[in-house]
Amino acid sequence: VTIQPARGAVRPEPRVRAPSVQRRPWTKDRVQRAFFGVGRWVVIALFLVAVLVPFYYMVLLSVKPIEALLQDPSSLVVSPSEFTLSTYVDVLSSTASGGQGFSQFLLNSGMVAVASVALALLIGIPGAYAIARLPFFGRRQVSSLFLASYLFPAILMAIPLFVFFTRVGLRGSLLGLIFVYTAQTVPVAIYMMRNYFETVPESVEEAGLVDGLSRLGVLRRISIRLAMPSIMSTGLFVFMIAWNEFLFALLFLVDRRESWTVSLGLSQLSGSVEIPTTVLMAGSVVLTLPIIITFFATERLLTGGLTAGAEKG
Amino acid sequence: VSSAATTTSARIRKKRTLRQQDARLGLALMSPTLLIVLVIVVFPLLWSILIAFQRLRLIQIGQADPFSPLTTANFERVVNSGVLWSSLQTTLIYTLGSVTLAVTLGVIAALAVRKPFRGRSFVRAAFLLPYVAPVVAVTFIWRTMLNPQFGIVNQFGQAVLGWNQPIPFLSQAQGELLGIPIPTALLTAMAFEGWRYFPFAFLFLMARLAAMPSDLEEAALMDGATPWQSFRYIVLPQLMPIIGVLVVLRTIWTFNEFDDIFLLTGGAAGTRVASVQIYNLLTVQRNVGAAAAQSVVMSLVLVCLLAGYMLILRRRGERA
Repeated sequence: VTIQPARGAVRPEPRVRAPSVQRRPWTKDRVQRAFFGVGRWVVIALFLVAVLVPFYYMVLLSVKPIEALLQDPSSLVVSPSEFTLSTYVDVLSSTASGGQGFSQFLLNSGMVAVASVALALLIGIPGAYAIARLPFFGRRQVSSLFLASYLFPAILMAIPLFVFFTRVGLRGSLLGLIFVYTAQTVPVAIYMMRNYFETVPESVEEAGLVDGLSRLGVLRRISIRLAMPSIMSTGLFVFMIAWNEFLFALLFLVDRRESWTVSLGLSQLSGSVEIPTTVLMAGSVVLTLPIIITFFATERLLTGGLTAGAEKG
Repeated sequence: VSSAATTTSARIRKKRTLRQQDARLGLALMSPTLLIVLVIVVFPLLWSILIAFQRLRLIQIGQADPFSPLTTANFERVVNSGVLWSSLQTTLIYTLGSVTLAVTLGVIAALAVRKPFRGRSFVRAAFLLPYVAPVVAVTFIWRTMLNPQFGIVNQFGQAVLGWNQPIPFLSQAQGELLGIPIPTALLTAMAFEGWRYFPFAFLFLMARLAAMPSDLEEAALMDGATPWQSFRYIVLPQLMPIIGVLVVLRTIWTFNEFDDIFLLTGGAAGTRVASVQIYNLLTVQRNVGAAAAQSVVMSLVLVCLLAGYMLILRRRGERA
């Protein structure tokens, strides 16, 4: 009993010390506070430069003629007399009319990405709901199966898929690519949506059941509507993965130019010497812009959906 | 009495079937996902382990037979060629450097934008750009920026930093910095990885920081802790679990990374990591069996790495 007050007596010490900190001008604390206070802005500025300059450079080169770039490669602005959009005309117009055919690639990429989103959601939503709500056999093992498949390099599964798709005639078709992208994204999609389905109060669903809805009816009429934000962000996530993907497009489509995606088209053409860098930069902008627009329009939704589980630590 | 008993048992039976119905429905709802993952991911993985033990050339791929005789020739070939070990070594160095850089930059960025300020949401979104932009586009931009003839980096270096000659960042295997030999292209590739993947760490660390209760830090401030002490002893320990997860995820992904290196250097100039080596075995040497064998070896190394990491973590956990 007597020890307790003794401990308490030690406690006021920092409070006594606190004012003296203010009197001495160069304590460790003040130096550090000043350093981190300024350093924070320096860090933010440096990061912003590192992140934004490459994208600025991309847009800059895409609106310049190649001669202007070679003449003054260190210039970071474009003069009004040099400004041109002919690079975009060149890159977008079809090969028949002397361009690089990126319009066709855009169409291919768009079709593949949208179809992958549709398919991944179509099979992912029921899957996520089942994991969140329905006690089926093997429910716990499913997640570890998904996780384990991520341990292996994509190229390892590409080899047999190459054989398999050649056999069934899917290699070289966009349909084969859609299946691969769906299979690659569906485990993450299920993880993202499952978290959300679990937050839908069970009592709401039970009320639906009592009112005579079937389980499927509950899923369709209640749960999906409530989980819409998560479904949207999952869809965007799948879209980005499918739009950006490169390896499988390379392996399956490389010898069929008419089915190239934008990513594959740019990577194949950027190796050639005949096409000016500025034209290819216009191709880069065409490839990047849809993603950046989607991303900035939906940033909060998307990042919230991805990190939903991270707050728990 | 008997009628009451039957209704109870009927109710129990009905209840059980409802649960069974739910279970059956669960499996039914899950089956499309299982089907596509099994067909496109699991089945190919198993098949490629089988191919690793068979002779298979790219020309014969049309008649590839899963039941052809088994052999360890592929493994002998891969292990004896010497290329395996050099590519594994490159992969390990590359993974270590890239993961460290990406996670460290992610921590710094997350701490810098922790406190609210004007334009914070723009800065946050901008920081995520390298990660969301298509890999083909960003590697092309980097290659152009680092181009020795007209790239902006070499122009800037020569004009402002006083470099005597342009640095071939992506095509020079061995360079020199202050007299010390350095692997130029490999370091450039790591810098690229740090640039491209710090947003991933940043995103998750931001979420964790936002959810962190502030009372501990306030108490430390009252007790006279300096900002560094507060970070070192209060914030960092709370970030450690998520940093651990990020390190594991980034290690797996960087170790298996193909796109970035392939698009930046094509595996030239001392950057031939294992996955690019496998791609070459497959498309240049056209030896499917050897490619599969090397993938299997690579996956085994990764599994060992992760197991070792988990073991260290568990030991530490026990000591603490």
